[in-house]
Amino acid sequence: MSRPSGAHRGTIHPGTAASMVAGALAVSLLVAGCSGGSGAEGTGGDPSASGTVTLVTHDSWALDEELVAQFEEESGYTLEVSAAGDAGTLVNQLVLTRDAPLGDAVFGIDNTFASRALEAGVLDEYTPAELPDGVEQLGGALTPVDQGDVCINADQAWFAQSGLDVPVTLEDLADPQYRDLLVVANPATSSPGLAFLLATIGAFGEDGFEDYWASLVDNGVQVADSWEDAYYVDFSGAGEGGQRPLALSYATSPAFTVTEDGSETTTSALLETCFRQVEYAGVLAGSDNPEGAQALVDFLLTQDVQAALPESMYMYPADSSVALPDDWQRFAPQADTPFEVDPDQVSEHRDEWIERWTETVVG
Amino acid sequence: MSDSRLRRGLRPAPLFWAVAVAVPLAFLAIFFAWPVAALVVRGFVPDGALDLTGFTDVLSRPRTWRLVGLTLTQAALGTAFSVLLGLPLAYLLYRRSFPGRGLVRGLVTVPFVLPAVVVGVAFRTLFAPTGMLGFLGLEESLAGIVVALVFFNVSVVVRTVGGLWERLDPRAEEAAASLGAGPARVFRTVTLLSLAPAVASAASVVFLFCATAFGVVLVLGGVRYGTIETEIWTRTTQFLDLRSASVLSILQLVVISGALVVSARARRGREAALHLVPARGTARPLTWRSPRDVTAALAGAAIVIGLMVLPLAGLVARSFREPDGSWGPGNYVALGTTGERNALVVTVWEATATSLRVALVATLISLVVGALVALVVSRRPRSLGARRAVGGLDGLFMLPLGVSAVTVGFGFLITMDQPVLGVDLRTSGLLVPVAQAVVAVPLVVRTVLPVLRAIDPRLREVAAVLGSGPGRVLRTVDLPIALRSVGLATGFAFAVSLGEFGATSFLARPDGATLPVVIYRLIGRPGAENYGMALAAAVVLAALTAGVMMMAEQLRDERAGGEL
Repeated sequence: MSRPSGAHRGTIHPGTAASMVAGALAVSLLVAGCSGGSGAEGTGGDPSASGTVTLVTHDSWALDEELVAQFEEESGYTLEVSAAGDAGTLVNQLVLTRDAPLGDAVFGIDNTFASRALEAGVLDEYTPAELPDGVEQLGGALTPVDQGDVCINADQAWFAQSGLDVPVTLEDLADPQYRDLLVVANPATSSPGLAFLLATIGAFGEDGFEDYWASLVDNGVQVADSWEDAYYVDFSGAGEGGQRPLALSYATSPAFTVTEDGSETTTSALLETCFRQVEYAGVLAGSDNPEGAQALVDFLLTQDVQAALPESMYMYPADSSVALPDDWQRFAPQADTPFEVDPDQVSEHRDEWIERWTETVVG
Repeated sequence: MSDSRLRRGLRPAPLFWAVAVAVPLAFLAIFFAWPVAALVVRGFVPDGALDLTGFTDVLSRPRTWRLVGLTLTQAALGTAFSVLLGLPLAYLLYRRSFPGRGLVRGLVTVPFVLPAVVVGVAFRTLFAPTGMLGFLGLEESLAGIVVALVFFNVSVVVRTVGGLWERLDPRAEEAAASLGAGPARVFRTVTLLSLAPAVASAASVVFLFCATAFGVVLVLGGVRYGTIETEIWTRTTQFLDLRSASVLSILQLVVISGALVVSARARRGREAALHLVPARGTARPLTWRSPRDVTAALAGAAIVIGLMVLPLAGLVARSFREPDGSWGPGNYVALGTTGERNALVVTVWEATATSLRVALVATLISLVVGALVALVVSRRPRSLGARRAVGGLDGLFMLPLGVSAVTVGFGFLITMDQPVLGVDLRTSGLLVPVAQAVVAVPLVVRTVLPVLRAIDPRLREVAAVLGSGPGRVLRTVDLPIALRSVGLATGFAFAVSLGEFGATSFLARPDGATLPVVIYRLIGRPGAENYGMALAAAVVLAALTAGVMMMAEQLRDERAGGEL
């Protein structure tokens, strides 16, 4: 559920104290920051000597306070969380700060960016002692924690009313009877947009995806810059007056459009159009507290955390033996066979694919 | 009295001026120049060896020049229309009084702090083929982007120009009129000329905001329109292509500096000393007998209603719609929760409290730094070198508005890798107010400076001649007049901090999220409840800003009427 974040005006960040004047200024600013209570509480002290473990994550991180307390109690460590923008920004920040990492552990590197992190050597190898069945690590360093499918969603009411069948496959989307009905997100500016581009590459291959996109363009596909933009402005199923009954979203989105009485949902995901995003956790190379980081990665795989993921982070647990909430079982099934692209291939060709997509779709 | 005495009197206390120059410079160097330089250097020295091929590579792409063209075009149009629409509003809100004026003044600033995603989506909804303004065909058009840019920035013009306008002595205009000049001629030859410094000040700030606009350009421009800024963002965050990003950053800096130099040229010489009077008393009741008032009132109403009330009312109305389609306060009640399926780590009210605390600190820092810069820059030293240095300082503090947020943000990550006093500043959240202050400083400078510059230097000379020391001259001449515009600057700095998103999202910890950060987060999740909450939270942010601005105005008027 990460997305590009941005500001409409320029903004700034600081540096370290190099000279006496600079040092004095920094100190006075530190004091000012503390008195302002700007979220600085509890960051004092020397992290290397204390039992603090710092988790670097993306801005979609959300875990129950009770679970955090449980981790702190069981492990004896204090958990600090530092958020760093969306999933792509997160990985890029880790690469830039390789020599002096931002924390001890990371959560939220996904399979569209995983290879970049592995290649840059920002992670230490670590395999949890109790890896649940069916959970496969990446590069011996990245442990999957959760996953979610990015799929085209359909507004069922619209289709019922128009008498059209809801499309099923990617090919259907290029069928003239679905002309001007689809809105997607730009893969250059949106991570679900990129995931959907990868779905089409998984489906049509490196040599075929451009032709497919050309046929979508012929069929009147609209491209929005972000998921929010596509879903809330253009998608008719979001209830905001949009006009297009087919939009790029998540397989779990239908659980958000459940009717008042909870009996059914007004949208559905086309489960044959999906790309599976997997989010990984790992231990940062050069961490001050590798043991703490390992304990945290272990903790993210416990049944308690795995069971809490749907409600807190809105992702499916990596451990498939964990029970799902009722409405997920009913309204938000995962795809049986999502499209896949080898992470190494993604790493090698991501930029080139986006450029080729841009050539084809934007011109 | 001798000439030497006069000169001695004017020579300011060296220590004071040294500090006044050193503190802002150190601030800018540590929290802006160093991080930017570090990142750009990283782009050119990828593997220990200097690699400048990025220049030929990026500069030979037709796309680069298309983006430069688009950046300049949309910034120029955005600035021109902001000034054009801002002037009648400034007249109406600062030279005329009418019931509800305070409210309108507050309202005008609201767009300035609204999150780009919320505004982008709101405008897209208006412009979509089925939207209320769909018939205008503004979807994915340059015109659509310009409308949104003006929406964001017109308040900068209104406030900066209005702040000076309400202190202009009306007698000059009256004299011109009594000598037979028509209203248009009086406006052109007297009023506009006097306002030129404030207009130029506002225009350069607006130009920078427009040239580096990011979120609304992405949302409203679709895939076709972009700026150097959006390209730097994409190159950095999506591709980690620091080589191209560095070249583009330098290109952006060159383009922006060029524009600033041109505007400084245009400004030079226009900044005459003016006869300033207390704000209270210059505003006359709006009258329907004056054609000028009628025109201003009608134009003002059209601008406020068309540009602000319409989009904002849509936002407010939508925020009162419940997920089931009925009307009610449900979204506001939900602000006390962490959202549907715990979309947030803190409640919106907790984030609001954080926002206010952070804004307070950011405002203090930016006022101290900004006021010092304005004070130094307002002087006209005798030697050419010193004059140039002062002018350079002025331009220097505008640059933070002209450099990409990601450039600075990523630069910060690689420069701040050593803990200060055992605290890793990168992850501590301490830097959020500092980062916001760097953005607010240029606005503080541009708000205070025109008023300070308008002080007749003879006032200072007279004070000096009468035996006041340099410190006393500052205290008795500059400070009181500066203080009057400080209320306005305070409001602006506070508003910038409240609405700031880029740096904050980079630096804030999840439990230290500010209001814009939680709004972005809510709107980034599916679900009618989360969307409704995002809009309700945006309305809270808007109301907070309007309230703060009205308080700042109040403060200013009281000061102006007091012993100062």
